Amino acid sequence: MTFEAFDTWWWPYIFILVAGWLATDAWRFMGVYLGGRIAEDSEILVLVRCVATALVAAVIGNLIVFPSGELANTSLVLRVGAVAAGFAAYLIFRKRVLVGILVAEIVLLTGIALS
Amino acid sequence: MPSPSPEASPRTWFISGGRAAFSIPGLILSSAFVGFAGLAKAAGLTLWQTVFMVGVVWALPAKVVLVGAILSGSSVFAAAFAVALSSIRLMPMVVALVPEMRSPRTPKWTLYVLSHFVAVTSWVLAMDRLRHVPRDMRTTYYAGLGGTLVLANMFLTGIVFLLADSFPPMLMAGLLLLTPIYFLTSLWGSARERAGHLAMVFGIVLGPIVHLFAPGFDLLIAGATGGVGAWAIHHARARRWAA
Repeated sequence: MTFEAFDTWWWPYIFILVAGWLATDAWRFMGVYLGGRIAEDSEILVLVRCVATALVAAVIGNLIVFPSGELANTSLVLRVGAVAAGFAAYLIFRKRVLVGILVAEIVLLTGIALS
Repeated sequence: MPSPSPEASPRTWFISGGRAAFSIPGLILSSAFVGFAGLAKAAGLTLWQTVFMVGVVWALPAKVVLVGAILSGSSVFAAAFAVALSSIRLMPMVVALVPEMRSPRTPKWTLYVLSHFVAVTSWVLAMDRLRHVPRDMRTTYYAGLGGTLVLANMFLTGIVFLLADSFPPMLMAGLLLLTPIYFLTSLWGSARERAGHLAMVFGIVLGPIVHLFAPGFDLLIAGATGGVGAWAIHHARARRWAA
């Protein structure tokens, strides 16, 4: 039952509702229900945050190594280089996200223009 | 930032919340949504599917994982599991926000509805600004803030999705790089423990490796092993220091 499993207009929306809406709002609603009953720094929440972080990081890794669309026409070295430069700039300039984004884009676009 | 007088009407507070959406954190978030529009288009989603996803899921990491799962050809169950794993953190965020926001007279359903707006940016803004809002106006303020962020970004995503066809290839490539660099930096900044940074390094390396062997389950496997591994190492180190 993949996103393209059924040739109907409504199946993608069911897919988004089940895998997207239900999988996120269930946690939000549980948060309201639990109110102030869980401590932010409890050990189980540290573990939970680690798994969530690694999961999103895995997506980032895939987007860089196996990109889709126009980005797939660039070389892996250029993509990794652009992201690494952006990240380094972010760390150097006191963790400003905008600086990281700008530097990564400049390196990527310069690389494309020169190739 | 000037805020309305404490006696101001609910309408004034609602608008004041909406205006807080147009701030530096709001601007950075919208650049990420510009990138998301490109990502969703490249993944083969339609305009309405994309805008619908922005509205019903809202949290950007969850949407990026969802699109990643669609790209990997995951089943709806594997996708739901991966998105749920990536979104558990929404629960403690809501747990922390609720006591800030409610007054003794706030009905429960208001909190359930407003909790849908919780994602990193609106949460950070709310935790920062709600203290300066009178208690019985806080849900009104957050409704203005969260509602504006969601609607404005649904609109923005739709516009960029439509315009993307006329973008030159170079600009499109730049658009698609926005999502990874935005998350790499903002996720690094929001990790509270060292373990979070370690989890990021593990995840970013394991994701593409596992993808080669098990594309439909790459996110789950990389997330679980990377996350538990980072947590275990963090734990072992903490114990050694304590001893």
